[in-house]
Amino acid sequence: MKPVIEIEQVSIEFPRRRLLDNINLSFCCGKLTALLGPNGCGKTSLLRAIAGEQECGGAVHLFNWPLADWDRSTEIRRRLAQRFGVLPQHSSLTFAFTCEEVVRLGFGPGSLSRAEQRERVQHCLRRADVWHLRERLFPSLSGGEKQRVQLARVLAQLTLADPGTEKILLLDEPTSALDLRHQHQVLQLAREVAADNTAVLVVLHDLNLAARYADRVVMLSEGAVRGDGPPAELIQPELVEQIYGYRGRILPCGDYHALL
Amino acid sequence: MEMRINDRTLLPSLLLLLLVGSGLSLAVGAISIGWRDLFAALAAWGWPGSVEVPEQYALVMGEIRLPRLLLGLIVGGILGLCGAVMQGMFRNPLADPGIIGVSAGAGVGAAVVLVLGGALTAFAGGLLAKVHWLLLPLFASAGGAFTTWLVYRLGDRGKSVVMMLLAGVAINALAGAAIGLLNYIADDRALRDLAMWQLGSLAGANWTAVAVAALVLVPTGVLLWRRAEALNALLLGEAEARHLGVDVARLKRMLIVLTALAMGAAVSAAGMIGFIGLVVPHAVRLLRGPDHVRLLPYSVLAGGLLLVIADVIARTLVAPAEMPVGILTAILGAPFFMFLLWQQRRQIFQ
Repeated sequence: MKPVIEIEQVSIEFPRRRLLDNINLSFCCGKLTALLGPNGCGKTSLLRAIAGEQECGGAVHLFNWPLADWDRSTEIRRRLAQRFGVLPQHSSLTFAFTCEEVVRLGFGPGSLSRAEQRERVQHCLRRADVWHLRERLFPSLSGGEKQRVQLARVLAQLTLADPGTEKILLLDEPTSALDLRHQHQVLQLAREVAADNTAVLVVLHDLNLAARYADRVVMLSEGAVRGDGPPAELIQPELVEQIYGYRGRILPCGDYHALL
Repeated sequence: MEMRINDRTLLPSLLLLLLVGSGLSLAVGAISIGWRDLFAALAAWGWPGSVEVPEQYALVMGEIRLPRLLLGLIVGGILGLCGAVMQGMFRNPLADPGIIGVSAGAGVGAAVVLVLGGALTAFAGGLLAKVHWLLLPLFASAGGAFTTWLVYRLGDRGKSVVMMLLAGVAINALAGAAIGLLNYIADDRALRDLAMWQLGSLAGANWTAVAVAALVLVPTGVLLWRRAEALNALLLGEAEARHLGVDVARLKRMLIVLTALAMGAAVSAAGMIGFIGLVVPHAVRLLRGPDHVRLLPYSVLAGGLLLVIADVIARTLVAPAEMPVGILTAILGAPFFMFLLWQQRRQIFQ
């Protein structure tokens, strides 16, 4: 299978330090990949480089097209929008939209009929488990609720793609503000999205969530890839200690193992 | 907040209020004209000889009050529309053409023409004299566009509310100095024009001003409304809007140019009238939600309504004299701005 995200020799340099150093990675549809690493290792920067929000050296290809080419015209950019969703870490929306309206914003400036929009919005609200919040005003929600509503918005955006098309979904710490049940729910949902011919990239801090839900783990440290493979091979005490400076213990736990 | 009401309630009540406000605006003035004579006077002006009313009535109605009403509706509409668009672009409900200095920038452009226009025309000759009426809105628009762009850059592309407001303070100060300087070198006639303008007034209304303002409002309004969904996406953030397929840089360029054009037309016709652009979109958002598809047209209607009513009050409060309407909107609008500041103090210092 041909990868839908290809990153070649990507570097991000700030005046004083190198945030990312010659990263080469590629990602395929149908897989959920967790990006792991300590604070400041460049996880979010890598995600932002893929999303085109961060200037970087090297080359990023989405669906076999250089990133810059997707910005050639509004028409092309809009075609990318149908199959490329990004969930940011924080939401800066301060206007008093209801949650239902926020999810509807996911369709962007487009031509869906109102009835069709309503049906899809309802479906996405239910999938992200925020159906009960639909009439609440977005700014009045808690951080975790906001995050789940934004996730529903990105899901609504990806419904614009024709069924079966290859898609990409980037999630930047989607679980950081969530309670235990919703952490699992969101990652379960991310797995379902991945199964629908989508390459899903998730930045995570919780190694156990990664161990349980990810098909593949990429470990970053000091701007370089320090490990890339199945979670069971990578989430081991030695590597974790090298990267995080914390010595944990592995506990077998059904079909995956936990690190304490 | 459960204050929201639907279109079936809001639209008819707004139109009814507009009708009542327009009737008031036509009826009130130095010569009071009764409700019944109002229509007769209008008819007599439109089709001379069709109805028997004093000749004076027809003249007052057709040449003074009707253009003044229409100019009020159009200028108020422009102010409401531009306020709503700027708040969307800055992702901040405190943005207002007056507060962030766009009106002042447009004012400087217009003041240059008012004070130096005579000398300019004399120097350049007949050609310029012919397009003199166009010079005013043109310079005002240019001033408005430049200041919008400046505030946007200084305010870190709308990310920082504090920077945006401070940039407004700086620009208002600079524009105040420029207008002061022009005041200083102006002759008596220009001085009177300038004074009317800085306060903001509809007293100079005539059919040319109405035509120019309408010719600007209609196309800019339509073009801005077609970008309503893109503006909605922009509220999520610039990166988010880009991921939804919006060409953010182009959108912002369009918004700056279109609002500056409209503000230029409004300022050159009625001077610097503040706070309508702040109050109106805020009220519409409370009643109908922040969706720009509805916010923009409702802001046009409500802006027109508010300015016409303010004008009626300004005309009757100190009758037979007349208070510049800009003073009134400032007296009502500035405390509202303070209230908003207080209400949003937490977000501002985030």
